[in-house]
Amino acid sequence: MININISDSATKLNSLNRRMFILATAKIIILGGIVSRLFFLQVKENKKYLTLSDKNRIREWKLPPIRGEFQDYFGNTIAGNFEAYQLHIIPEEVEDFRYVIYRVKELLELSDKQFKKIVKKKNEIKPWETLIVADNLSWEKFSKINNHLYDLNGVKPVISISRDYPYKENFTHVLGYVSQANENDLLTNENIKEKFVPGLKVGKTGLEKSFEQKLIGSNSVERYEVNAYGRRISQLAFQKGDKGETIKLTIDTKIQELTNELLKEKAGSICVMDIYTGAIIAMHSSPSFDPNSFVFGISQDEWQLIRNNPMKPLVNKSLSGNYSPGSTIKPIVALSALENEIIKPDFTVQCRGHKNPLELYGQTYHCWKKEGHGFVNLREAMKQSCDTYFYEVARRLGVDRLSVTAKKFGLGQKVFKDVFDNEKNGLVPNTEWKKNALGRNWVLGETIITGIGQGFIQTTPIQLCLMTAQIANGGYKIYPKIVVNDDNQYADKFTPLYKKSRNIKIVQDAMFSSTNEVRGTSYRSRLDDPKYRFAGKTGTSQVKKITELDRELDLKTFQIPYEERDHALYVAFGPYKSPRYALSIIIEHGGSGGTVAAPLAKKLFKMIIDRHEIRKNYDNKKYLDI
Amino acid sequence: MYQYRRFNNKNGFFQKFGNLDYILLSCLLILGFISLATMYSTDGGEVLFHTRSHFIKFVVFFSMMLVISFINIKFWFSLGYLSYAVILGMLIWTINFGITASGSKRWIDLYFLNIQPSELMKIFIILCLAKYFHRMKAQHVNSFYSLCFSLIIIFVPMSLVIIQPDLGTSLLIAISGIVVLWFAGLNHKYFFYSCLLSIISLPIIISFLKPYQKLRVLTFLNPDRDPLGAGYQIIQSKIAVGSGGFTGKGFLKGTQSYLEFLPEKHTDFIFTLFSEEFGFIGSVLLLLIYSIIIYRVIRIGALSRSYFAKLFCYSFGTSIFIYVVINMSMVLGLLPIVGSPLPIMSYGGSSMLATMIGFGIVMSAKTHSQQSIA
Repeated sequence: MININISDSATKLNSLNRRMFILATAKIIILGGIVSRLFFLQVKENKKYLTLSDKNRIREWKLPPIRGEFQDYFGNTIAGNFEAYQLHIIPEEVEDFRYVIYRVKELLELSDKQFKKIVKKKNEIKPWETLIVADNLSWEKFSKINNHLYDLNGVKPVISISRDYPYKENFTHVLGYVSQANENDLLTNENIKEKFVPGLKVGKTGLEKSFEQKLIGSNSVERYEVNAYGRRISQLAFQKGDKGETIKLTIDTKIQELTNELLKEKAGSICVMDIYTGAIIAMHSSPSFDPNSFVFGISQDEWQLIRNNPMKPLVNKSLSGNYSPGSTIKPIVALSALENEIIKPDFTVQCRGHKNPLELYGQTYHCWKKEGHGFVNLREAMKQSCDTYFYEVARRLGVDRLSVTAKKFGLGQKVFKDVFDNEKNGLVPNTEWKKNALGRNWVLGETIITGIGQGFIQTTPIQLCLMTAQIANGGYKIYPKIVVNDDNQYADKFTPLYKKSRNIKIVQDAMFSSTNEVRGTSYRSRLDDPKYRFAGKTGTSQVKKITELDRELDLKTFQIPYEERDHALYVAFGPYKSPRYALSIIIEHGGSGGTVAAPLAKKLFKMIIDRHEIRKNYDNKKYLDI
Repeated sequence: MYQYRRFNNKNGFFQKFGNLDYILLSCLLILGFISLATMYSTDGGEVLFHTRSHFIKFVVFFSMMLVISFINIKFWFSLGYLSYAVILGMLIWTINFGITASGSKRWIDLYFLNIQPSELMKIFIILCLAKYFHRMKAQHVNSFYSLCFSLIIIFVPMSLVIIQPDLGTSLLIAISGIVVLWFAGLNHKYFFYSCLLSIISLPIIISFLKPYQKLRVLTFLNPDRDPLGAGYQIIQSKIAVGSGGFTGKGFLKGTQSYLEFLPEKHTDFIFTLFSEEFGFIGSVLLLLIYSIIIYRVIRIGALSRSYFAKLFCYSFGTSIFIYVVINMSMVLGLLPIVGSPLPIMSYGGSSMLATMIGFGIVMSAKTHSQQSIA
């Protein structure tokens, strides 16, 4: 019995030990497996997982870049940055959010609508994210908050940098304005997409938009260690971004301000240009609006007011206003006829007034003057702006030859190429254009009215200014520029646009007579001092066809409904002895060019020529500084 | 001779004291120290709740283990069935009156502490089966009756734990039981056939799993399926281990853990944190300590006189080995995620209690190695 027992336990023990040995071997193999897995993860793949771990814990925050400034010619900041007083709250750092937010509401006198918007925003963000309660506080409210900070736990008064246009409505159409970047901005501009942070403001129109790439600057980057829930634990690095480039414009703020003043309460545009460098001295479109109201988002009421204004403040009339040039085209018609040797300066036409208008193929063409001008030569015709004379010249010249000259002098094409995205081409018609665009043949009558700047022809104020400048500088090609360091080098700069320079002189002299001689259309707006004396050409462009009835009634401007009144135009250059500046003025529905537009030129030239010395000295001084 | 041995066994306290396995004891102490340090790191370098609690538990249960070492192995033999029955009762109690936490009833409230009976069952099922097979004759081991009885012993607690539900622990209980069956000399073919059977029935088993368990299996097969949801744990765990590198990020410098990317870092994923901070070297060293402990446990079994002690030590050592391997494979992405703590390292009182009771019985087998059990 005992023996069996012993042998039994021996078999059991044998089996046990054998099985232990088998398992021990298996254990060693499994341990080897675990160690090799560890080796694989920790040594072989270490780099990969280290990168993943850093990706987990390090997060970068981009800060809004500081936008570059705009300066005028004399270095005055016309679009800068200012310190906006803001109020931030980090909800989780506030013990009693309800109390604090009601207290803030009380202090800032927030409306219920604004208050609801803030509460809604608070519910959308994570509790450790910043809630912007107010983005642009007045100093009074800001200091009020600062005085009450003792019971506003977690409220942070912050000074942040934002866009400021110190000259308000003066530069609106040149500079445009900035506002919060929207989806469209991100889609169309890679650079904005790359630098986007919530609240980033980007240019929406004008130069702010055109020079976005240069202005935007680069983001400062804060690198933080974050935990699994995205909360910042500690700052690891701060990489300072660069401020955007400062862009210096050729504009003289004083003259720009004068243009704004002259166009107050009117719809229209004034452009002033240096006739040699092409530098824009002033360019204003009226009415204007205050771009500052767009920076933090414009209120709906204010926006509707601007949008629905019949004078169209949103349109930059200098660049995108297409107007019939009226009589301001006459210098080009005369020049074209002289250049093509159609007429000589002593070519004479008889203007016989309204009783005996020019008749062509059953159509009648009236001069503006009821009594007629009698026998006029080129100089007289320009001086008194005799339409009959130019009907005849245009008839002889033909529209194709006229259009060649007009295009040569810059009409019918963009003046700034692609600098402004809202610039319009205008239109200089010819027979081929009409056939292609309208599918009909050119009619001679259309040539005739083109001779006085009516009909199909359309020009923008800046084109008229360029045209005048190129006549004034003796007929040489220039390229207008608005940025001082415009590096574009055009090969054909200063190439002559004329065949005989005498022809340019004749036109200049005719324009001189128009302003400075008795019976000239802008004689009343002349400046007698030789220093300021300028030459110009008036224009009155019809908005609607004048009927026989209108002619009989002969209403005064103020008696006609606003939309039907003529546009008043004036182009001029000065000082006459040694011309330097050219300008174009257009006043929508202003009436006659001689009585409405030309007087503005008088005030402008006074200042422009006075400022010329300062501008020249500023140039020289700058030269010495280098 | 016999008389001498009897006398020897009756020898008092100091004799037993000298018979303690000091290598095993010091390894356990080192492991305890490492676990405390790691717990300190999970608390973010401060002595907070987890560290303090873990320290107290370790000290209490380690002392308890020493006390158990001096109790005769015979006592544990005699307690085999009773303790099993008590734990089974506790499991039934759990189902009715347990504390519900995160969707499962696992704990019972004993007023001074909450205990998880399923963890204790991991040890006492070994004790119970060891006693069962100790008495059995070799030719009866493979009999139908003994097979059925032992399977019932395994299945009852397993199913009680499954309905908590706690798949991980129930599997570990089953594994502990099966290990005893293996050592008891159950025919190889049973293991072979049941393996085959379970592989064939795997699709059926999967269809019985709860949705979250199915998700775990799918996630294991492809963690990138849902990197922020189900796959998050394993992806973050692998990143933590992998980024540790050869020497580790340094004590208290594990970014994955202190920035809270690691889930369950106190319990199941404690090895991840350790491995991130101490790297490949540290991990291998930890494995070495576990290996020494397991080796010592098995060696004690080999030197024991009684079949019961041998069976218990072998099975316990192997179970510890399997717990360690499953836990590590899980955090290293070699196995699907099942809740299984790393013995001694993981935070958790019941697990620590069970493990220490186990080591206590092993130590008792050492101090009473010459004791024979009738």
